[in-house]
Amino acid sequence: MGNFMLELLATAAVAGVILAAAVSVVIGRNLVHSVLMLGVLLFCTAVLFILLEAPFLAGIQVMLYAGGVVTLMLFAIMLTRRSGGVAVSNETLPRRRVPALLLSFGLGALVCWSIHETTDFPVSAEVSRGTKQLGYILFTDQALSLEVLGVLLLAATIGAIVLARRRDYGESAQSRAYPYGVPVSEDRSS
Amino acid sequence: VTLAQLLYLGVVLFCIGLYGVLTRRNFMGILLSVEVMANAVNVVSISFSRFTQNLLGQVFAVFVMALTVAEVVVGLALVILLYRTMRHTDIDEASHLRH
Repeated sequence: MGNFMLELLATAAVAGVILAAAVSVVIGRNLVHSVLMLGVLLFCTAVLFILLEAPFLAGIQVMLYAGGVVTLMLFAIMLTRRSGGVAVSNETLPRRRVPALLLSFGLGALVCWSIHETTDFPVSAEVSRGTKQLGYILFTDQALSLEVLGVLLLAATIGAIVLARRRDYGESAQSRAYPYGVPVSEDRSS
Repeated sequence: VTLAQLLYLGVVLFCIGLYGVLTRRNFMGILLSVEVMANAVNVVSISFSRFTQNLLGQVFAVFVMALTVAEVVVGLALVILLYRTMRHTDIDEASHLRH
């Protein structure tokens, strides 16, 4: 029983941090702080995954999200923000706050009520089978899905490169000569 | 810890993310909120995987993670493109396609 209490305490602490970080991500004024709080949230979720005996997913979570996605988002913010007015432009819309609050609270209350009404939850407390079994399932039963997922990631990467490329390198000689745009200082009258 | 408690955590997290998606004005803020929502879904599916002794929940979480990363990559490219065209990433100002 002591073990159970310890697990409950640890999970409650992690869940508290997760919820606080989520609120801070959603209502924070400063976008950079929001991204850093998202990093905290993702890292704490990785801890929760370890508590739920999914160590492989915890590892992926830390490497992919806390390492990759957060860094990528910080880069995107630093590429796109003007020096001033970030806090203002990131502010939530006041006129949308009340309907959004009502909608999300209503949805949450509805689902919480249905969870409350459900009685026959599985309560198995055995340790689940490990990462080896997960890899086996991924590469046998779910192999097709995994391949499709790989193709999707490739397509997303190519799409992102095409979208974020600085300019359409069209057929015209000008766009080939100045792929980053015609220099502004050039004297065009001569 | 019971399964119901973890499901409550997932629901609350999802609703916080939904609130963010509905109220944010900045495109980046919306992307962050979508991340929170996807994270809530992962928590729920891994909780089910833990309590039903069925690893398909973890497989599902792997797929959700990969999909989210693809979405973030394309979304960030769109953010940069939007900023380059309009010099800001305000989602309400960028509604010309609606008219």
